[in-house]
Amino acid sequence: MVITGVGLAAPNGNSLAEFRQNLLNGKSGIRKFDVRYMGEVIAGVCDFDPLKYQKKKELRRGTRAGSTAIYCAQEAVADSGLDFDSLDKSRVGVFLGITEHGNVDTEKQIYEIKQYDYDTRYVSHHYNPRIVANNPAGEVTLNMGITGPHYTLGAACAGGNIGLIQGYQMLLLNHVDVALAGGVSETIHAFGAFASFRSEGALASHEDPTKACRPFDRDRNGVVVSEGGCVFVLERLAGALARGARIYGEVVGYAMNSDAFDFILPNAEGQARCMQLALKMAGLSPSDVNLISTHATGTPQGDPQECQAIRQVFDGCPNTYINNTKSMIGHAMGAAAALELAGNLPSFEDQTVHPTINIDNLDPDCALDNLVFNEPRKVGRIDYILNNAFGMLGINSTVIVKRLENSS
Amino acid sequence: MTKEEIKTVILDIIAEIAPDEDLSDIKSDVPFRDQLELDSMDFLDIVMELRKRYGIEVPEDDYQQLATLDSSVAYLEPRMKDL
Repeated sequence: MVITGVGLAAPNGNSLAEFRQNLLNGKSGIRKFDVRYMGEVIAGVCDFDPLKYQKKKELRRGTRAGSTAIYCAQEAVADSGLDFDSLDKSRVGVFLGITEHGNVDTEKQIYEIKQYDYDTRYVSHHYNPRIVANNPAGEVTLNMGITGPHYTLGAACAGGNIGLIQGYQMLLLNHVDVALAGGVSETIHAFGAFASFRSEGALASHEDPTKACRPFDRDRNGVVVSEGGCVFVLERLAGALARGARIYGEVVGYAMNSDAFDFILPNAEGQARCMQLALKMAGLSPSDVNLISTHATGTPQGDPQECQAIRQVFDGCPNTYINNTKSMIGHAMGAAAALELAGNLPSFEDQTVHPTINIDNLDPDCALDNLVFNEPRKVGRIDYILNNAFGMLGINSTVIVKRLENSS
Repeated sequence: MTKEEIKTVILDIIAEIAPDEDLSDIKSDVPFRDQLELDSMDFLDIVMELRKRYGIEVPEDDYQQLATLDSSVAYLEPRMKDL
């Protein structure tokens, strides 16, 4: 299965080219943002033009996640060069990872009915179609006339990887010929995630928002919540070659597993096993991997767990480089893994690893060999990228993508 | 409210519900749904906005009274005359 199109909305870019350039330049997309009940918080906010693909009425009726997913799916299809109008739309599927969905409109409805002394007659008739869990993927099908399967995959912060894996599996099962797969999040438009992370002592704070997300730095103090989306066009290699498609890379391995350890805390053992399973599926040795795109979110407790897992699996691999995208875009929740993979795919071509920013004092516990930080590094040929994404309730995911000779 | 004011209210609500539509030459005696891209969910927005803005409850049996601009004004006039 190969990736032949990328569409994305990130806090620092509305196309892969713009996103990649900003990642290479170490440009953060994090800023101050007002949230109901909490006031000013630090967040990653997207500024794509939703009216590029939607009418005002569609925007009014749908959700932010739906709108983001539509933008990303349309951009991905345009990028893929597929003649979408002539495709059999019943053979196209939409599979989007989400961390959660529905909170934004639920919070909004409760706010609305509060103005009417909690009279539930004022709950919008649009509420149900907005909060059903398939909403973001379903809005894509309505917008694009897709009649194949669509659904979301609730997978906490591993969502973006899981969406991609689902697309792979649906292609493998021959249920679809084109998978629009990735992840999306509208989380910043409700107070819940910010407030709960704060109560956990895991919400990032810094007087300069662009410095708030600092994975692996000694002074990291939590998560920066972001919105965003990323959709890949995934298709079978033979079909992509037959139509002369530009191929970003081939998905050659993946794994998903569970820690069975804790509601919130990550676990190095489970993460290491996940990476090993993905390597096994791909038939690779650890030293074959040239770039590890880490999940690290910038929490004091979480980052060292992933570092420990990486040391356990990749000890003695001098050609394996490591970076982190969240330092520039925050944690885009359901979209995170897909965005982080997308931002690294161009390294197959430019042979450069984008940096992790905001490391002023590298935490000794996180001082991985070949961690690329503060400046991009030209490292030579990159053949395999390994993309990690982990989430609450101990969900782990790893995807491995291979460079093809005709890669873009 | 006068009939003219009620008419303005209705058109204001429709403009919000159908932001892509040009309402300048809407025919007052032709059903909204024959002139505009409005479906049943949009129609319910009219009912909801009347409830939110003016506390007017339109029972389901009366929804057909809101089919055209003229019929809406005729239906709402006795209910909004004291507003």
